[in-house]
Amino acid sequence: MNTEINEHKIFKVSRRDFLKTTSMSMSGLLLGLQFSCTDKEKNLTGNPSAVFSPNVYININGNGDVFLIAHRSEMGTGIRTSLPLVMADELEADWSRVKVVQAVGDEKYGDQNTDGSYSLRMFYTPLRKAGATVRLMLEQAAAKEWNVDVSECKAQNHEVVHTSGKAFGFGYLAEKAAALPVPEESMIALKDAKDFKYITKQSSIVDLKDIVTGKAKFGLDSKLPNTKIAVIKRNPEAGAGLKSFAMEAAMKIPGVIKVFSMDAPGFPTNFNKPLGGVVVVAENTWAALKGREALEVEWLPGINADYNSLEYGNDMLKRAKTKGKVRRSSGNIDQALRKAKKIVEADYVVPHLAHAPMETPCALAHFHDNTCEVWAPVQDPQGTRKSLAAALNIDITAVTVNVTLLGGAFGRKSKPDFVVEAALISKEINAPVKIMWTREDDIQHGFYHFPSAQHVKVGIDENNNVSAWLHRSVFPSIGGTADPAAKEPSGGELSLGMIDLPYAIENISCETQQAKTKIRIGWLRSVSNIQHAFAVGCTLDEVAQARGVDPVQNILDMLGADRMIDASVLGPEFENYGEKLEDFPWNTGRLRNVIETVREKSNWGKSLPKGSGQGIAVHRSFLTYVACVVEVSVDENSKIKIIKVDYAVDCGVPVNPERITSQFEGGAAFAASLALKSEITVVKSAVQQSNFHNYQVARMADAPYETAVHIIDSAEKPTGVGEPPVPPFIPALCNAIFAATGKRVRKLPINLKEEVNL
Amino acid sequence: MASITLKINNKNHTVEADPKMPLLWAIRELVGLTGTKYGCGVAQCGACTIHMNGLPVRSCSIPVSTAVNKEITTIEGLSENNSHPVQQAWIQEQVPQCGYCQSGQIMAATALLKRNANPSDKDIDAAMQGHICRCGTYPRIRKAIKAAAQIMSQKASTK
Ligand code: FES
Ligand code: FES
Repeated sequence: MNTEINEHKIFKVSRRDFLKTTSMSMSGLLLGLQFSCTDKEKNLTGNPSAVFSPNVYININGNGDVFLIAHRSEMGTGIRTSLPLVMADELEADWSRVKVVQAVGDEKYGDQNTDGSYSLRMFYTPLRKAGATVRLMLEQAAAKEWNVDVSECKAQNHEVVHTSGKAFGFGYLAEKAAALPVPEESMIALKDAKDFKYITKQSSIVDLKDIVTGKAKFGLDSKLPNTKIAVIKRNPEAGAGLKSFAMEAAMKIPGVIKVFSMDAPGFPTNFNKPLGGVVVVAENTWAALKGREALEVEWLPGINADYNSLEYGNDMLKRAKTKGKVRRSSGNIDQALRKAKKIVEADYVVPHLAHAPMETPCALAHFHDNTCEVWAPVQDPQGTRKSLAAALNIDITAVTVNVTLLGGAFGRKSKPDFVVEAALISKEINAPVKIMWTREDDIQHGFYHFPSAQHVKVGIDENNNVSAWLHRSVFPSIGGTADPAAKEPSGGELSLGMIDLPYAIENISCETQQAKTKIRIGWLRSVSNIQHAFAVGCTLDEVAQARGVDPVQNILDMLGADRMIDASVLGPEFENYGEKLEDFPWNTGRLRNVIETVREKSNWGKSLPKGSGQGIAVHRSFLTYVACVVEVSVDENSKIKIIKVDYAVDCGVPVNPERITSQFEGGAAFAASLALKSEITVVKSAVQQSNFHNYQVARMADAPYETAVHIIDSAEKPTGVGEPPVPPFIPALCNAIFAATGKRVRKLPINLKEEVNL
Repeated sequence: MASITLKINNKNHTVEADPKMPLLWAIRELVGLTGTKYGCGVAQCGACTIHMNGLPVRSCSIPVSTAVNKEITTIEGLSENNSHPVQQAWIQEQVPQCGYCQSGQIMAATALLKRNANPSDKDIDAAMQGHICRCGTYPRIRKAIKAAAQIMSQKASTK
C-alpha cells in the first residue's frame, strides 16, 4: 500500500487535455442530472462554448454547468460523491447543477489507488483548495466586470453577488475567469466550517437513482460492438503451469471461437500478472462456460504443490508458542512474566479468507493498432495502466483505463491481473473481449487473506495491574506474493493492530516467526488488523476477568492517562499508515473518548436475559478511532443472534455522515461474515471452496439486526471509514458471546459446538 | 440453437440461443438488459432475481426455453422513473452501497410485498435469506421494505 502524499499543486491544464478526459469518461459514467439555466437577462450564462478549468478536477462551461472529477474508484464507500461534494462546497456550486465525471487512470490527478482508507485523508484539503481557487477566480472575474474591489464580491450558490445586490451566474463568468491567471496558493482562503453547505451535512450518493433502476453500469455491464466473452481454466495451484490440453470437444460447442493457452507466471506470481491457463473465447458467456467445461487439461505441479492450509496453520500455531524475532520491546518481558501474580494466556487462529465481492473480477479490453483501451472495475487505475503497458509492451500513453462502478472490491480489485488477462486476449483475437470470472474462479483463484496463528501471554502484578504483554503473531507476508525473500511479516503489517498497541504496559514484547507465502496473499478490508484486533480485543476481555474489573473499565485502566504516544515507545518498525506521527498522532484521548461514548450510548451493563450478553472492543486503524459494543443472544442450540451493535467513531471532520454510518453498518455485516461464516481451506494447493454454498457469508438473518453509529463531532483532519469498522467488531462479538455463555472464542469462524483447546 | 421469443417488460424480443442457456445470459447479453446481475450462477446469491409471471425466480438457474410464453419483468421494467414504491423506499432509506446486489434485492422485496402487504421481521428474513449483500446493507433493506409497505398502503387508501 502506497500512502505517500504527493505535493498537491493547483495547476492549470490545457483545455484540450481536460476535454479529452471528460469526453472519454462521459462514455462511461455520467449522471443524469438536469441542466436548465439559460436566463440571459440576469447574466447567468455566457458563451456556451466557454470552458473554465483552472485545475484538473473542475470544469465550468458557459451554461454554468459544473463538471467535477471523481478520480477515486467507487466500490460502495460513496467516495464518488464525497470528494466532489467537498469541491462543490468550497466552490459555492449548486449541487443540483453539478455533474460528476469519473476520471480515467492518469497521474495528473494525483494518487488514484483507492485502498487503505485514505481518499479523504489525502484529498480533503487539496480538493477544498481546488474549489476555493475556482471560487476566487470567479469572484475576481466579476470584480473586473463591475470594476470594483474583489472584496465586495462573494460567490454564493452558483452566482457571484456584489454587495449592492447585483449578480453574475457562474456560466456568465466562466469565459472571463478562464482569462485570469491562477492565483497564488497564499491568496486562497478556505471556508469557515460554520459556512459549510455540504461538508458534514446529509446528502445522498450520486448513483442512487441509477442503481435502483438498474441503469448503473458496472464492469460486467461494459460492452463494445462485436465484444467476445472469454473465460480461463486455471491451474488450481497459483502460478503453476500447463502440461497439455485438448480442445477438440470445446471447439465443437456452438459459439466457441478460439481456445489457446496463456503462460503461467510461476511463484511468486506478483500482484498484476495473470495466472495463465487455457483461454476459451466465445460469442457469449454461456458458450464460453460450456467450452471451458469441455476442455481436457493436464497441469504441471509447481513449487507449492504440497501446500495444505490446515497443516500449515498447525505448524504456525506450534511456532507461535516459542520465542520469535522481537519486533517491538520494552522492559524485561521474561522477568515480568515470572514475577506476575496472575497469567492470562491464549492462542488465536484465523483461516484464509476470500474477498468475494458481489461483482466478480471482470474487464472489457480492446487492443488495436498498438493501443489498448479498457473498461474495468479497478481500485487502482494508474497501477492498472502501468501493468497493461508492461504486459502489452506498449507506451503507457497508448493505454486508456476507464473506471466503471465497482460491484464491491474489499481489496480484490486493487490487483489488476484480470484486466491484463482481458487485454492479452483482445490482442490475441484481434477483437474487443470481456473477461468473465465465475464465482468459482473468484473463490478458487483469489488473493487470500493470510492464515494466522497468535500467542498472547499477559502478566498481572501484585497490585492487580497489567505488567507484562507478550504477543506473537505468525502469518505469511503479503510481500511474499511478489518477493520470495519476504518470509516474515513486515513492520507495516505489524503496525496494523500489533506493534501499535497503545496500552501503558511496562514490559512488552511483540514477536514474529517466519512463514513462507505459498498461495497468492492479498490485502482484505482492514488487512492484518483482522487477526490482531481479534487476539488483542479478546485478550483484554480475559484480562478484565482475571483482574475482576468491568471490561470497559479495564480498557480505560490499561490505556492510562491521555497522551500522544511517543514514536520511541512504538519502536523503529512502527508505521503510521504512511503518515508522520506529528501530522496524525496516536492520541489515546481520542480512543478514550470513543470508549466513553459507546459505553453510554450502548447502555453498557444493562440487565439482559439469560443467554444474552454485551461485549466491547476498541481499535484505532487507518488513523480512525473506533469503539464497538455488540449485544448477542445465544440459544440452547448454540445459535448466535446479533441483536445490536453500537459503534462510536472519531474519524476527524465527518465529511459525509450518512456514508460514514453506512460504512459502519456494512462493516459490521462484513465482519460478521468473517467471524461466523467464512473459511478458505487449501489441500494440495487447491482451494476447497467454490461458491457461496461452501464459502459462506453473512445473510440477512446472520447480520446484526441493528447497528447504531455514534459519530464524534470532531474538528481533526478527516480519516477513512472503509476499513476501520471491521477490526473491533469481531472481538466485541466474541466477548459478548463470553458474557452470554461463558465460552471463550479463540478460533474463527466461530463454532460454539466444536471443542477448541487454544 | 433455436429462435426464442421472450416477453420482457411487456416487449417481445426474439433471440437465437441454445435452449439450455440460462435466462440470465439471454437477458443480459442477447436482449441487452444489464440491470439483472450475475453473482454466483448457482441460485445462491439472488443477484439475478427477476419476476416470471409475477413470481421471483433466479434467472441464472432456469433455461431460457422455459421462459417462453411467460411474462418476464426485470428491474428495468419496474417503473419508468423509479416511481415504484419499493424504489422510492430504497431511495428514501439510501440502501445501496456498491449497488451491485440491489436489483435482485429490489425484485425480491417487490415480490414479497405483492403477496404480503405487511411483512414481519421473520417474513422479511425468510424472503430475503437467499439474497447476499456483501456490502452489508441488510438493516437498510429491512427498513426499506417496511417503508415500501407503508407507501403502498398509503397509496391504496388514497385510491
Ligand atoms: S447469480 Fe443467480 S442466484 Fe446468484
Ligand atoms: S450494495 Fe454492494 S453487494 Fe449489496
